[in-house]
This record gives sequence, structure tokens and C-alpha cells, in this order.
Amino acid sequence: MFKILKTRLQQGYRTSAYPAQAPVLPDRFRGRPVLDASKCVEECRACVEACPTDAIARTATGPRLDLGRCLFCTDCTQACPEEAIRFTQDHRLAVRARQDLVMDGDTLRLARALDDSARRLFGRSLNLRQVSAGGCNACEADVNVLNTVVFDLGRFGVQFVASPRHADGLLITGPVTRNMQFALRKTYDAVPAPKIVLAVGACAISGGPFIDHPEVHNGADSVVPVDLYIPGCPPHPFTILDGLLRLLGRIHDQQSSSS
Amino acid sequence: MNSASWLSVHNSEAAPLDALPVLSQVEFRQEVLSEIDAGARLAAFFGVPQPDETCRLILVLADDRSGSLALTSIEAHESYPALTPDCPQAHWFEREIAEQWNIRPEGHPWLKPIRFQAASRPGQTIWPETNTADILPSVTTFFQVRGAEVHEVAVGPVHAGVIEPGHFRFQCHGEHVFHLEIALGYQHRGIENALVGGPHKRTIHYMETLAGDTSVGHATAYCQAIEALADSQVSARAQALRGIALELERLANHTGDLGALAGDVGYLPTASYCGRLRGDFLNMTALLCGSRFGRGFLRPGGVGFEVESERVAQLLTRLDSTINHVAGAVNLLWETPSIRARFDDIGALTKETCRDLGLVGPAARACGLARDVRHSLPSGIFRDVQLPVSTCETGDVFARAYVRWLEIRRSAAFVSKQLKELPAGPSRSDVGPLLPRHVVAALTEGWRGEICHVALTDEQGRFFAYKVVDPSFHNWMGLAMALRNQQISDFPLCNKSFNLSYCGHDL
Repeated sequence: MFKILKTRLQQGYRTSAYPAQAPVLPDRFRGRPVLDASKCVEECRACVEACPTDAIARTATGPRLDLGRCLFCTDCTQACPEEAIRFTQDHRLAVRARQDLVMDGDTLRLARALDDSARRLFGRSLNLRQVSAGGCNACEADVNVLNTVVFDLGRFGVQFVASPRHADGLLITGPVTRNMQFALRKTYDAVPAPKIVLAVGACAISGGPFIDHPEVHNGADSVVPVDLYIPGCPPHPFTILDGLLRLLGRIHDQQSSSS
Repeated sequence: MNSASWLSVHNSEAAPLDALPVLSQVEFRQEVLSEIDAGARLAAFFGVPQPDETCRLILVLADDRSGSLALTSIEAHESYPALTPDCPQAHWFEREIAEQWNIRPEGHPWLKPIRFQAASRPGQTIWPETNTADILPSVTTFFQVRGAEVHEVAVGPVHAGVIEPGHFRFQCHGEHVFHLEIALGYQHRGIENALVGGPHKRTIHYMETLAGDTSVGHATAYCQAIEALADSQVSARAQALRGIALELERLANHTGDLGALAGDVGYLPTASYCGRLRGDFLNMTALLCGSRFGRGFLRPGGVGFEVESERVAQLLTRLDSTINHVAGAVNLLWETPSIRARFDDIGALTKETCRDLGLVGPAARACGLARDVRHSLPSGIFRDVQLPVSTCETGDVFARAYVRWLEIRRSAAFVSKQLKELPAGPSRSDVGPLLPRHVVAALTEGWRGEICHVALTDEQGRFFAYKVVDPSFHNWMGLAMALRNQQISDFPLCNKSFNLSYCGHDL
């Protein structure tokens, strides 16, 4: 018993002050990208060709990036001769609508909260059933750490439950493989209405690296309606936490940009 | 070993495809079985399509005694005599060959799909349950037990926790488990097929997502394969940095596993501390490359990020503090009698079962088998730096936990030493085109065990086949066997002590 207490003292207090304080992230962390069309050279398609998931398109006004497909891999920034694309340290990435993830500058319309009636239902206590539908286990692992003392998801009234019957919604990872489509659909149907769905990670949003494989459906919203999209490969736990808190109306600023 | 029957190579050494012998089916069976009897083991066994719609089956043996690999092959059209009746470790591989290529291993005692994927080769499907190529997951025959008061517990594919999907069936009498049958395939994303024609711009990203918690391990095996096929050298600095990333991955996962094991026996102090400490290791990897899972750190020719001296100093400080905290948290496990009572004699495998099934990684080392690619078939930094092999004898949950703890200490010492002695020089060099018509087998000791990648190039130096064997592929049957004669309530503990990958298996 003495050893347990001694170890407890040595371990110290580890819970982050988020959202009151911004998280400290490593300098090489890749958050929201910024596109500077003014630096683009005409006819240059280096970033488009380098992108492994075709997340970047070249439009008349400059590059356009689909954050839902982005793996945050830097293949584009390394390919760009003009440094027209760079990744910032901003971890805030969650949005409510799929089209909000398509960006052509540096702004991102961050997720707004659920409407009043839904917030009355879920705002203080939200039970989620997690379904891994072809995820590589990186998204799953960084969802799991929300339960550690660092993030302490329980203090926001959010917890993961074992049965869809006990859940208010689903948190889906993975591109939804053909072999998981039926199980995902049945799990969704088993959650009592009203229910919400969160798609976490590039795979769950668009198929990620596996986009257009015959063995996968391209993301969760090809099977069930999605209320919150959290991009990343995998998203940082703070990105996931930020998305959840925005949905529940605990964080209010709704535009993320460097300007 | 009859040298005419085998192509003998070192780990990550490319050889001309034409040097790969093609044996008759009878000769093949004799040769393989005699080498297995002598102590070699199957690292890979898989089908490769031929232009005339037949298939060539390639087999890779790992020999821990001589530290070399041996490859051979046979032509197969419809069938071949199965190895499994005399060599149980071929069991899973032969099911895979049957599923992917519609080739029947004659005499296989338990032939059924493993991923529920459609065959890549036209022809009559060999599964009796279905007449179409479109087979459904878990629609197959399951092992059955009959008798008074015998019952079956079926779990999944969606499990109770935040965990990947699989379907488990326990055949029980009360709490007593006669057998557990495991059906996987839910995570099948078609990666191997997508690698054909590469390397292309998605290839490295497939490698990093084969099994997300083993991004560094799989990327290491891939880089070694590419570098061998391109006949290019990697600097000593890059090799050391890769080793550091690989051991950080091991530290993070082993620490997390010990915490999860503590949680499963309701011992919350260690569960809570290790959950956080695992994150500290992940954040060290993120300090190297911005990603907690090491995404972007390994690239063919070296590493993707330079590591400056301030970064090295910060890593050393963090490592020192974290490993002290891990020691405090983990030692509570060994000193708490109620934990030892739950870990001892639970899910025990004998050395013989382990050898027959061809288990790898901590699961094998916990049964007293000194199988560690870093030691017996080293590549990269491990050619210069020998890590002691951590073993235990009892083969139970305690042994699998304790081997992890031994490895945590040795990995931490390795990372610390490598950071202090980091060689100077470039950390990345250019990699040229791949040699045409060559084959390479690249092995890495990931945190779960042996990772094997086999790449074959065509006339243009593109992959015409790329095989991935995750350690889980060898070990899932080990979990099933560990559950025999246990209680259902021991399952979480046995499961966590193996902590196998679903996506790495399903690919």
C-alpha cells in the first residue's frame, strides 16, 4: 500500500487544462494546412501530382485541398517549389458538413454546436459506441487515449459504452470495408433515436489511403448520415477532443485561420 | 540443406528471380518438411500469379541457427499436397493460398476462408458454403462441440471496447472453454492487390497503415526491401535513427499492454499510469517527425526528418524521466500478490505447441523460444548492436507480460545509447530504380514479432507481387490454443497478453 501511494505521488498530476489552455504540441506536428495561391506558378501541378490521395486539385484561382482526404503527410509541401502549401500548428479541424473540409485558403469553418434540443439531450452526458470499420488501429488508439488521465474525457460527461443500445451515437473509424458494412449498419440501427454519428480520420471521412479500393466503401457517410467530421491520419487526440467539445457547445469560436 | 533446392539469402538481400528454384510438388514437400524438422520455420508462403493463369507458390524459410533465409517454389494449377498435416505452422498460410488463388491444398484438415475475400484468380471457388465469388464474412463452418450443457458464446464483430472487429466463438461447458474459434477478415482493405504495379505515390502510406500501431515496423521492412532491390546503401546515422524509432514504438506498445493487462484484472494504479506513459513514448516519436505513430519518419534511403542535437538532448531527458515512471508503475504488478495470482498459469502454451504453430515475438519468447529477428537475422543497426533476447519459460499470461517488461528495459537502454552515440553524416540518400526480375525478403522485429515483406519485381522493376506477413498472422492460432481449458473470464487477459492486430492480419 505504501508503494502504491509513493508511486502515485511520483506520477504527479497529469490532466491537461484543455480547453481553458491551448495544448502544447511538438514543433513538427502538422495541423491545419495553409494554401497561398499567390505563390503558385502557372501550370505547376507538383502538389497535385505528389498527393497520394488526390486531396489537392488545381482550380482557376489556385490549389484547393480536401482536408477529408488529406493524410497530413507533407508529400505536397516537399513537392511544391514555391512553398505555397504549409502545415500550421493549429490542431482545430473538426467540421459539421463534408463540404466544409474543402479549403482553398487558410480558413476552415469549424464545427458549430448541436441545436438546442439535441444539446439538452447530449450536452451533459454523451455515451458513444465506437465502431472500427477497417481502421488501421491508429485512429482507434488515439480515440482510446481520451480515456487516459491526460485527456480525461469523463470530466466532460462523455464516455464510450459497450452496447449500441446504451449509446447516444457512434464514433466511426476506418473506411468501412465491404466486410464491415453490414455490421456497421446493424450497429447504427441498434442505437436509439435521436442519435449522432462522428467520423474520425481520413479513412472514415473519404476512404483515406484506401479510397476507391473495391474492398471498401469510401467512408462512413456512404453508409450512415454523419454529424461531425474530424480529419487527420490519425487526428491528434486534442483534435478529436476539440471536435467533441465543439459539437457539445463547450467551445464556441468557429473560424480557424492564421489571419 | 540441398543447395539446388533452395535459394539461400540474407535478410534484405535481393536475388535474381531466375535463381529461385522451382521444385516438383513431391520434392517440395520433402524438402520443406525436412528443413522444418531440422529447426527452420515458415516466414512466408504465398501465391504469385503467372501469365498463363497458373500460380507459383513461393515459400520463405527463416533459419535462426544459420541466420539466413531460404526460398523455394512450386508451380500449382488446381492443387498441391498440403503441408499442414505434417507442419501445423503452414495451416493459416495454406488457407490464405486457397482463398486468394482457388488452389486446393489437398489433405488440409481445416480448410476455410480467413479473410472472406474474393479470389484474385478466376475459377471455381473451393468453398462448399457458397457458389459465388462474393463470400460473406464469417459465413463458414465453425468448430462445434455437442453434449448436455455444452453451449456456445459468440462475440463480435463489433467488440465491447474501442477495438478492431473480429468474430470469436467460445465452445463452453459453463465457464470452462473447450475451444475458441476466431474468424477475422472484417478489416480487409485490399492492400496487397493495391501494391501491385508499385512502388507508386501511395505505397509508403499503405505501409504505414498496414497496422497503424506498427507503422515504423512495417515501414522499416518496406524500406529494407526497396533499398535491397535498388542496391543502395543507407547511412549509419539513418540506420541508428530507424532503430530508435522502432524501439520507441516497442516501448509505447509494451507499456500500453502492461497497463491494459493491469486494467483487465482490475488493478487501476498501473492501468492508469501506463495509459499515460504510453502516450509519453508516442510523443517522443512525435518529437522526431510530428506524428505519434511515426508516420513520415521512415523513407527509402534513410529517414524523412533530420534530428538535431537539441532534439536528441530533449529526447534523452524525456526518455530518462519516462522510463523511471514506467519502472515505478510496472513494478507494482510484480509486487502485488493478487496480480500474480491472476497472471500465473493462465493461458499457458507449451514450447512444443508454440514451435508447432510457428509463433513469433513476445508470445514465442514467453514460451522459452529465443526467436528474435534483431538477434538471429539482424538488419540495419541491429547488425552492429546486439540486443539480448528476452525470454521466459512458463508460456502463460505472466510470461508474456514479463517478457514485455524485460524488453522495455532493454529497448530503453538501446535508445539511450544510440541517442548518445548518434553517428554524424547524412540521414537520407537517393534511391535509384529497382532491379528488374528480382526477389527480396525483408524481416524486421516489430513490437509484436517478426514482420516479413517479400517483394518481386517484373521486367520494368515494378512490383508484380508484394507479400506482407504481419506477426499476428502467425500468432492468432496461438491465442485460440491458449484459451483451451481456461475460463471465459480469462479471455480478456489472454487476449491482451497477445494483443494481436486485426488490420495487420486482414490487410
